[in-house]
Amino acid sequence: MYAFDIERPKSVADAVAALGTEDAMPLGGGQTLIPTLKQRLASPAKLVSLTGVEEMVGVSTDHGMLRIGGATTHATVAAEAASSFPGLAGLASHIGDPAVRNRGTIGGSLANNDPAACYPAAALGTGATIITSNREIAADDYFEGMFTTALHEGEVITAVSFPIPEKANYQKFLQPASRFALVGVFVAKYSDGVRVAVTGASNNGVFRWEEAEAALSADFSADAISGLSVSADDMISDLHGDAAYRAHLVKVMTGRAVTAAA
Amino acid sequence: MPKDSGIGASTKRREDVRFLTGNGKYTDDINIYGQTYVHFVRADVAHATINSIDTSTAESMPGVLKVFTGADFEAVGGLPCGWQVTDRHGEPMQEPKHPIIAHGKIRHVGEIVAAVVAESLTQARDAGEAIEMDLSELPAVIDMKNAVAGGTKVHDELSGNLCYDWGFVEENKGAVDEAIKNAAHVTTLELVNNRLVANPMEPRVAVGEYDQSDDMHTLHTTSQNPHVIRLLMGAFVLGIPEHKLRVVAPDVGGGFGTKIFHYAEEAFCTFAAKAVKRPVKWTSTRSEAFMSDAHGRDHVTKIELALDADNNFTAVRTETYANMGAYLSTFAPSVPTWLHGTLMAGNYKTPAIYVNVKAVFTNTVPVDAYRGAGRPEATFQLERVIDQAARELGVDPIALRRQNFVTEFPYATPVAVEYDTGDYEATMAKLEEIADVGGFAARRAESEKNGKLRGLGVNCYIEACGIAPSNLVGQLGARAGLYDAATVRVNATGSISVMVGAHSHGQGHETSFPQVISEMIGIPEDQIDIVHGDTSKIPFGMGTYGSRSLAVCGSAMVRAAEKVINKAKKIAAHLLEASDADIELKDGTFSVAGTDKSVAWGEVTLAAYVPHNYPLEDIEPGLEETAFYDPANFTYPAGAYACEVELDPETGKVTIESFSAADDFGNVINPMIVSGQVHGGIAQGVGQALLENCSYDEDGQLISASYMDYAMPRADDLPFYSVDHSCQTPCTHNPLGVKGCGEAGAIGSPPSVVNAVLDAINSGGKKVAHIDMPLTPHRVWSAMNNA
Repeated sequence: MYAFDIERPKSVADAVAALGTEDAMPLGGGQTLIPTLKQRLASPAKLVSLTGVEEMVGVSTDHGMLRIGGATTHATVAAEAASSFPGLAGLASHIGDPAVRNRGTIGGSLANNDPAACYPAAALGTGATIITSNREIAADDYFEGMFTTALHEGEVITAVSFPIPEKANYQKFLQPASRFALVGVFVAKYSDGVRVAVTGASNNGVFRWEEAEAALSADFSADAISGLSVSADDMISDLHGDAAYRAHLVKVMTGRAVTAAA
Repeated sequence: MPKDSGIGASTKRREDVRFLTGNGKYTDDINIYGQTYVHFVRADVAHATINSIDTSTAESMPGVLKVFTGADFEAVGGLPCGWQVTDRHGEPMQEPKHPIIAHGKIRHVGEIVAAVVAESLTQARDAGEAIEMDLSELPAVIDMKNAVAGGTKVHDELSGNLCYDWGFVEENKGAVDEAIKNAAHVTTLELVNNRLVANPMEPRVAVGEYDQSDDMHTLHTTSQNPHVIRLLMGAFVLGIPEHKLRVVAPDVGGGFGTKIFHYAEEAFCTFAAKAVKRPVKWTSTRSEAFMSDAHGRDHVTKIELALDADNNFTAVRTETYANMGAYLSTFAPSVPTWLHGTLMAGNYKTPAIYVNVKAVFTNTVPVDAYRGAGRPEATFQLERVIDQAARELGVDPIALRRQNFVTEFPYATPVAVEYDTGDYEATMAKLEEIADVGGFAARRAESEKNGKLRGLGVNCYIEACGIAPSNLVGQLGARAGLYDAATVRVNATGSISVMVGAHSHGQGHETSFPQVISEMIGIPEDQIDIVHGDTSKIPFGMGTYGSRSLAVCGSAMVRAAEKVINKAKKIAAHLLEASDADIELKDGTFSVAGTDKSVAWGEVTLAAYVPHNYPLEDIEPGLEETAFYDPANFTYPAGAYACEVELDPETGKVTIESFSAADDFGNVINPMIVSGQVHGGIAQGVGQALLENCSYDEDGQLISASYMDYAMPRADDLPFYSVDHSCQTPCTHNPLGVKGCGEAGAIGSPPSVVNAVLDAINSGGKKVAHIDMPLTPHRVWSAMNNA
């Protein structure tokens, strides 16, 4: 890696101030950024570590909402959301391996918006709110395509607020090498309807499968989507699976998520 | 009752104490005062003309001692190839120059184009980025069949991209063609043996040192065979005589074949250390390993199996394209020929066999031996085509194999080798027992109840190990002898140091070799140490590969120990005032037959070094002997493997439910270590069958260049294995009766995995004849979907 300065602010305000300088980058758990730096594929002048910002760490519930601080690790979510939102805790408990889960953070994952990451499916699949250092963004407005989000330069995800569903489940079909999601589907059932969000599959990043949402809102069972099909247009084709395979897996994983949730 | 020491005991691996406590001493742990670091600038295009390289900015950067390019190596020999194959027409293979640093042309992604030696690695990398190259990119030659069809050449000085067109046995060709024409049934398969990257846990490292006070070069390197590196690099590359070159391979964290070869980085560090008058160190990154370690396999084969009306095999004919990559790595030409064609009889008495291999240059990383080396490729195609024949004929695949087994030994195959001993029926019967073949139908029914398909795949294998009789391999084109050597040095108080040519990089020699000496002399194993990996300490042995260590180097050790014992008996006879012929050695005590007179091992060894009461007129003092051993034949481990899989038809995902291996390794020294070797081999075989694939795009970019895209097997991809090596037909021609076990798992497992998956698919009603490895969920689903 190239040389850089590092700052470890203790508050969101200090973090935002530190990020105001030229070529500064926020550092969450570093599970993407540190390997990128080691390969000399990024050359920030300064890293601003967010994991010491106490107000950004923790899991709490309030009036049917689960709030997770942006610098909370996957392992903490897996442990502390287990009773309040088991579908989300289950997702967190299967990200990467224990080392990744002990370092990686929800804010880092959502800010990076890797097209095969797990958390974007949960955020979009629940209609979560992304709370940043200066505003609140609805998940439907937040994800703008592979590695692209509504975040502005210097804007920090301080927390994510999830409406806790009646039932939810995340099914991930692993890419055999990286074990990221080749296709991951998050299904959440609320009293007013069902949301289905898909990660790993599309060239446009995480997306909602609205046809399935309508069918499942009427009948929350795997059978309800048996007549549907997913278009392979815009699906990713790579070494590990072509577009048709990914489209097929979206339906299979959705059905399995519904069955597991129901 | 299992023994607790000596031959046959599962002695725990003494080397694991240091490996598991972080006290191993690997090449990267070697840091020498004044050490500098090299960063290699590597090609990011597959094929290009180098118009110019401007190093001026880099040379003036902080900490830079020197920047090297191909021009600096013009006076130096290229990397040598250790095996010359002669083609079907009696012509030698085409053998291009293999430069240390690319000069004039780049021929694969990852090839070294320049090297920066600096005070720190960061400074070297920074300067490397300041090197400017003017390249004219050329079309890349990637697909082997396109490569031989003409067009762009990888090497302008060669007539084309064909390295050789090898026929074996050429005299068989007519009879084979005739048998296929007259066959009652012919099964044909076209298949790919996928390109693999070895991925040892420890990447390659080299530290070059030069001491100008005595003109001594030292290379510390991650090698399976330090003497081979000393010979190749000293004699053929850098022109350093052996007595001025020491090669040290300390603890090595896995080799799998890819650390046999002599690499450019080793020659560079040795050369540069003298040029900059400082030690020079290189530690491969994992990314560099993907594009500079020799790759393995990469064959494209058409195989035909002919059967008569009674389902007896009558002929096998194969045509294989074997990828050499851009240059000939050290033993590359031997892998698809003598390590592959000679095994095409398998365990079967097929009377007529013809093997054609076209070795091809492409703009890819050189391909060479990887665990099994040629034998997995032979086993895979043969055992796949037999399984397909059984399916086409509607017969039981185990029965079809049994019917065609070689049953009488020695057996001379139609492909030039003679199996000394074996019992294929015994390993198959053992396999049926440990794999519970009889219970499969019930297990399949249970899987089907859960919406899954279940398959059972079986295969046999045979391999040629104990490499190799030097006079034979010399006739076949080897440019080296393949004996090995050991020195048994008995110390004054009776402990023993054994200096061996074999190199242990995971095999547990430090534990198993002393078991043999302990058994022969009757002293405890902990009184015996193994010394290996340093040309200044060990005799000129050829190292470890081809499952040869115990069969060849172990035999040398036995011969040296026999010399020691014979001499010790003479000393004992003197001390006991008896005749040599009456002296017996048992449990570390010499006694006179038929009497109660005896003398302990330690008293005899002390007498040898403190020769006060000693027959100095008849024998020299001291007790140290060396033996070289050149095997009379290969050894032929063989066995039968079974894999049981469950397949999710909705996703194509295969889960291995059980894996069973019944091997005949001849005599076994340490059953626990043997089991471990088989376990590791199966893991790599399963990796090849289901997960691993080294993949290039048409421009020659390596698209599986990290663990994000190259799938290594993980613990949860693998079942608990059922491994048996109780079927033992001892090798007839080495003193230990051992055959070798290091590669069997990797050779024997891929076909049974693929056979099992196809069995599962076909059981579900889909007709699928073959799927190329790796059988990823996507490939399996697509094959089922298109059936």
